[in-house]
Amino acid sequence: MAANNGDIRYLTPPSVDVKKKKYCRFKKSGIRYIDYKDPEFLKKFLNEQGKILPRRLTGTSLKFQRKVAQAVKRARHIALLPYVTDMMK
Amino acid sequence: MTLLSDSGLYESTAIIFSQILLSIKELLVSLPRFNKNQVLITKKLTNSMLNHYETVFILTPVLSDVQAKEAVEKYKAILTENGATITNEENWGLRKLQYPIQKKSSGFYSLLQFDAESTIIATLETQFRRDERVLRFLSFRLDKYAYEYAEKRKSVKSKEVKEN
Repeated sequence: MAANNGDIRYLTPPSVDVKKKKYCRFKKSGIRYIDYKDPEFLKKFLNEQGKILPRRLTGTSLKFQRKVAQAVKRARHIALLPYVTDMMK
Repeated sequence: MTLLSDSGLYESTAIIFSQILLSIKELLVSLPRFNKNQVLITKKLTNSMLNHYETVFILTPVLSDVQAKEAVEKYKAILTENGATITNEENWGLRKLQYPIQKKSSGFYSLLQFDAESTIIATLETQFRRDERVLRFLSFRLDKYAYEYAEKRKSVKSKEVKEN
């Protein structure tokens, strides 16, 4: 009669993972300009279809998210990055 | 009696109104002069305003290396004729495009950085549009951080050239 004792038993112990705090990589490393000429770097902020990842996933600050978006769009215009793809990574 | 006093009231208010109108008129008369001067001053400032610009354009892969170089030289000439000073020039060579443009899958990339007045961009871009050899172009003004970065990139590149 384990339930009567008050402690709940799980079949699989619940994993308590410590959430890592996200940070803005540009603020941390002091990058002030994001270069559109470097598609390999910009790919860190895109998903597999070549869409720009949201801030809530990358942890980028708003100021730099705007700059990332600007750089990605410039890179797309001059065909350094695709507008649409599949399996980019 | 009441009527008379009313008219008296009206008269006094009318006088006050006319005075207010006069003062507004004076203000209006004095304002445009001030504005004209201001416009003149800003015009003078913008006339001597130089900006840092960067232009990337893609030439068709149909051209030979020599022809591609000629095309780049043509645009450099256009820039210098219009009073720009070219600060940096890069030729990335034949590169694969990430998506086809005008049914071409590669192109000659070249980058120009220059200091010029803002009017030059319009003339440069009309030239780009008229030229069939140009697949794509992108030009924009460098802000202070971008300029810093560009200077750094230039110095790194020149060092590499020296080492080689």
